[in-house]
Amino acid sequence: MTSKRKYVTIGLTLLTLILFIFTMFPFFIVVINSAKSSFEIITDPISFPERWGQILDNMSEIWNSESVRYSSSVVSSVVITTLSLATISIFSAMAAWVLVRTKSKLSTFIFLFFLSGLIIPFQVVMFPLVSLFRNINEIFDIKMLRTYHGMILAYIGFGAPLAVFMFHGFIKSIPKELEEAATIDGCSKPQIFFLIIMPILKPIFVTIIILNAIWIWNDFLLPQLILGVGNDIQTIPLAIANFAGSFVKKWDLIMTAVLMAAIPIIIGFLLLQKHIIKGMVAGSIK
Amino acid sequence: MKQQKNNRLWFWLFLAPAFLSFIIVVIIPFFMGIYYSLTDWTAVAGIKPNFVGFENYKEMFSDMAFRYSFIRTFLFTFLSVLSINFMALLFAFLVTKDIKGKNFFRAGFFIPNLIGGLVLGYIWQFIFKSVVPQLGGLLGIPALEELLLLADPTLALIGLIVAFTWQYAGYIMMIYVAALLNVPQELLEAAEIDGANVWQKFRSITFPMIAQAFTITSFLTLVNSFKQYDIIIALTKGGPSTMFNDEIVNSTEMLAVHIYNVAFKYNDMAQGQARAIIFFLILSVISVGQVYFNKKREVEM
Repeated sequence: MTSKRKYVTIGLTLLTLILFIFTMFPFFIVVINSAKSSFEIITDPISFPERWGQILDNMSEIWNSESVRYSSSVVSSVVITTLSLATISIFSAMAAWVLVRTKSKLSTFIFLFFLSGLIIPFQVVMFPLVSLFRNINEIFDIKMLRTYHGMILAYIGFGAPLAVFMFHGFIKSIPKELEEAATIDGCSKPQIFFLIIMPILKPIFVTIIILNAIWIWNDFLLPQLILGVGNDIQTIPLAIANFAGSFVKKWDLIMTAVLMAAIPIIIGFLLLQKHIIKGMVAGSIK
Repeated sequence: MKQQKNNRLWFWLFLAPAFLSFIIVVIIPFFMGIYYSLTDWTAVAGIKPNFVGFENYKEMFSDMAFRYSFIRTFLFTFLSVLSINFMALLFAFLVTKDIKGKNFFRAGFFIPNLIGGLVLGYIWQFIFKSVVPQLGGLLGIPALEELLLLADPTLALIGLIVAFTWQYAGYIMMIYVAALLNVPQELLEAAEIDGANVWQKFRSITFPMIAQAFTITSFLTLVNSFKQYDIIIALTKGGPSTMFNDEIVNSTEMLAVHIYNVAFKYNDMAQGQARAIIFFLILSVISVGQVYFNKKREVEM
């Protein structure tokens, strides 16, 4: 390596390091301020805390607070996210499989119909959706708003188009012979799907679950409309929004709540880094 | 015959869960929405909406708050697209160079993308309100010390763009990284031997290779800036207010926030819905344009 090259490399490394520090700065601010008292955070938001142990006091205050109800929102978020992920991925894979394997005008039409969902933004359907859910309650006496099943149904509806599209592309590349052989051996349709097709689809399942997990875990507007305010069922973003809006800016506790919301995501990312990056890039290009 | 009937049954059984959910959640509300936008809908149970034709649309375009929100959304989108793509490209060039720990840096730049817009908005609100003035005091820069970024109509928009860029640039970087890794190294080395300088190499080799990625990234940043809601709610709530054509308007109330506010804060559901339809039409034009350009480019390549 020539010495000129070496200097260029050192310069680029330094620039990267500076940008990296800037990128990490907000996280640093969150961490140091989660360990401050309400007085300390006002007088000095940029120094290290006087006592790191304060972070545990703040966390337990958030966790046990009657008004924030953080612990119950963690449960709700986990329930909503896992059930939505399971249903979106399995139902979409089932639909995509029959759409690929049935050659007819109808199945092409239904596939295009699903694709139309990709360009419909949430904002254009949100008010009528709430109204429709209210009507379902009045006519069929099934409560949809402020319930888990209403929330999950909404996620299936909004998540299905992209998932069906991605599964569809993948299933097309699976040779049909495998299924024909299984049919001759006497396998039923569900057996073929769950025992033969699903295992082959594993990589695309991972991609779809990652894409949807990040969306659903962080989602705010949809749960705000479907679950509402002051409901027993509330997701973590709803809990944080209610509390950050209602408190007269108790920044020490807001920062702690933010930290508690970010920790599971960052741990998840560190564990599944390769899958997440690959999955999210694949999701964008498709 | 029986086999065929059986197959048709399985077709519908396998299709039904995803298809029905999609119809109930997206398709039916979509058509309801088009209808409601032509009525005086109030969303109050038991009151039947009356058909009013294009009244809502006429009213919308004479509303200064809407016009202003429209302009601001385009400005925000334009600046966000520039800012995010600039940072993303810079990140991508750096982490594909021969530097130590590039995977570590890649992960670091990417991480903010996993933080939800709402949570992220509160982090930046704190930074702009408390940390920046404090830093200004520490460094002895009075301009920073007295900077109330979120209280100024122009600067609040910059604040939003900073927060959004922080969230999104790492993600867009990953798409550029994928494209840059496809640039054949031999080609660059050959060009170097032939005496090409950095700019020439970039223009003739690297740039065409990342052009395909650019159609994707520009589309993604365009659409996601245009739809921004969470960060705005947490960071500025649409404020601060300012004057526009002698009327008081909210300086960072972008369309997504504006639609929500018209419907719920000002309690005008039909108006909110009509504005949502316009919002949808603009996004459709962007999407169709993207598909068109993509196809055209594919043909050229």
